[in-house]
Amino acid sequence: MSAATSTRVMRSKEWSRPVRPVRREVVLAQTIEEEPRPPILFVPGYAHAAWVFEEHWLEHAAARGFPAYAMSLRGHGRSGTARGPSDLRAYVHDVVQVAATMPRQAVLVGHGAGALVVAHALARYPARAGVLLAPVFGGWRTFGTALLRNPIGTVPAIFGGRLRLRRGQLFGPNLHTSAAKVYLGRLGGASRQAQWQLLAQPAPESPVGDPPVLVAGSPDDRIVPRSSLNKVAARYGGAPLLFPGMGHDMMLDAGWAEPIDAIIDWLSKGER
Amino acid sequence: MSTSSADGDHGRHGDRRDDTAPYGSHATDGAVAPAPQRTGERVAEPARTGGLTATAWNEDSGSWMSQAWKTTEWTGSTQPTWQDDRPIYDRGETVCVIGAGASGLVAIKNLREQGFSVDCFERETNIGGVWNWRHSRSPIYASTHLISSKPFTQFPDFPMPDDWPDYPSHGHVNEYLARYSDHFGLREHIWFGTEVSAVEPAGDGRWHVTTRPSGGGAERVARYAAVVVANGHNWSPKLPAYEGMDEFGGEMIHSSSYKESATLRGRKVLVVGGGNSGCDIAVEGAMHAAVCWHSVRRGYWYAPKFVFGRPADQVNDGISALRLPLRVRQWLLARTLRLAVGDLTRYGLAKPDHRVYETHPIVNSQLLYQIGHGGLRPVREVARFDRDGVELVSGERLEPDLVIFATGYLPRFEFLGSEVLDADADGRPQLYMHAFARRFPSLAIAGMVQPDSGVFPIVHWQTVAIARWLRLREADPQRAADFWQKVATAPDRRWTHAKVKSSTRHWFEINHVVYLRALQRMLGDLEPVR
Repeated sequence: MSAATSTRVMRSKEWSRPVRPVRREVVLAQTIEEEPRPPILFVPGYAHAAWVFEEHWLEHAAARGFPAYAMSLRGHGRSGTARGPSDLRAYVHDVVQVAATMPRQAVLVGHGAGALVVAHALARYPARAGVLLAPVFGGWRTFGTALLRNPIGTVPAIFGGRLRLRRGQLFGPNLHTSAAKVYLGRLGGASRQAQWQLLAQPAPESPVGDPPVLVAGSPDDRIVPRSSLNKVAARYGGAPLLFPGMGHDMMLDAGWAEPIDAIIDWLSKGER
Repeated sequence: MSTSSADGDHGRHGDRRDDTAPYGSHATDGAVAPAPQRTGERVAEPARTGGLTATAWNEDSGSWMSQAWKTTEWTGSTQPTWQDDRPIYDRGETVCVIGAGASGLVAIKNLREQGFSVDCFERETNIGGVWNWRHSRSPIYASTHLISSKPFTQFPDFPMPDDWPDYPSHGHVNEYLARYSDHFGLREHIWFGTEVSAVEPAGDGRWHVTTRPSGGGAERVARYAAVVVANGHNWSPKLPAYEGMDEFGGEMIHSSSYKESATLRGRKVLVVGGGNSGCDIAVEGAMHAAVCWHSVRRGYWYAPKFVFGRPADQVNDGISALRLPLRVRQWLLARTLRLAVGDLTRYGLAKPDHRVYETHPIVNSQLLYQIGHGGLRPVREVARFDRDGVELVSGERLEPDLVIFATGYLPRFEFLGSEVLDADADGRPQLYMHAFARRFPSLAIAGMVQPDSGVFPIVHWQTVAIARWLRLREADPQRAADFWQKVATAPDRRWTHAKVKSSTRHWFEINHVVYLRALQRMLGDLEPVR
């Protein structure tokens, strides 16, 4: 973990201009076990919503004994919108709010740009553990990759339009075309401020409470270049866990069970 | 330490999602699961194993519950050593926390986060300290409301739900502390119904802590590596002494025993004290009493709870963040108050005899309103009492039948020798940053501050600093020695910008920005070794 940023006490903006409240969608898969394990909160990336985890992962995690929650960031899925900017700060607020309503200290799992939101949230809430999946931490390189692979979908985002993702960016070749079509049709969009913030924003502060952090991704991810994945993993003091052959949306792609099982194995190992 | 299975989580967990269980999707309002604190589910509080079982009325759950006082050994501890004919149980590197109110709870959480095992002793049978108004020492009255808005009230790493109001009620705060305890699993580290009667230096940097069951019973002594005192400072009433008070025929109470407005109904009430409680009770008097007088010593600034449609403290911090010189900020705030509140002398109040920021802020939007409607009469300071009434310094006579002294509280540490806290002649402890005992590196006080804002964020960072400090002592003696050199020799200073009026009321007065910036620097010095 980077020790460069030390604990931040002064948060004048949070104090004088708190984020506006909003209605949030939270989906839960409950366990039937007597002694529940720590709850897991899944945070989807931009344009994605709680449903992407509802599809396979939630029930899978619950079946393995972890109460599993998925949320939608404001402006996504069935969460509401509020006046004021729906920027990265607002998204982080949403995650910390939901985490604090869990019955016990939660594990935060963020996917895509949701991993960036979770990385920021870890500095504001002492999670049991953090998992950053196919993390999109932004920067010009990610932007360049997107521009190269999907110019038509990416260019409008420069002018505040919606970023349109293509099948090839999100899924591997093994996912059935009809399923991919349905999933693509359900995608929404993040706010323009949040999209722009992906280009340049202050690096996440160190997590509070020193939680273990796992970084995982796929070498065949068409959105997150391998170098970015390594960089994020190095920042948290490790190497990424890799799932070759999978696309960016690991929770929907063919072979979705493998990553979630690996995450749960990692959590169970830490549980002792 | 025995970890009882009854930490209340499971019962709650099971039925808090009735509507969605076992699987469902729904949109909820702000707070996803406002974890219902139906305390009835917490029947088996900290059922300790073994030992004598005393039955205590658990007022929260409204049921008879077993509160067991454990007389068996602490697991993991060796046989006691004997000293002066008393057994002393060595708790190794465990840290002792005294009190399970807000400061104690956050101390447990942050010490645990730094890897310490913790024994917390709480004289009541539940958490919450002053915020649990069923506790005998709680000064809370039915209408108690916060004067700091949510961002200044919540712990920085555990926000209050979005759907709570800007200014939560005392019930919200109590519920918040219960959720905090459940979320971080703090109850299993707390010995309820256990009072600390003595904390003595053991000579080797460790501490001998003597405890006994609150209901009476045998004392026991345990040795701890460090002690964090979090017994609060708003429970021991400070009463003024006026001539003739013994002769006075009417009723006199301290604000700490004031609970409900029914007490005031139809009576002639005099409220003494211009602090926040005094103003609140005076407002209640205006609404319920037959006559209500409010006696204050000096002119104060009255901040409204909202200015420009936003909580006033948020507006004030917007100004603070500009880092303008103090005089400019004082001028800006005085202008704002002048605009929002107006000329106080029109209401018959004295003109403030000091600049803004120089006394603890009084936040009350209703006081002036009630004065303007005639329900409340501001009067001068009390000079003396006699059999039938009160004489004011102005010579005016009042004949109240109930006098409420909202004259504040004094800190009390009966279990600690005054030399330990370096108390001066008046009894004011001389601690570094109101937290560190200069001659005892392994003793700290949490939450003994009176900020111009909420206490919780401040005590959070205090206890993070305390936990990091205790950890650093073990991990890096050289850096620890450098740090302590600073603490032991630092001159005593006030953590305020403005020159604060001196009175016991302002002993622990701090400006939250000044103090938190200092804590930020301290946390940097104590950054854990990696």
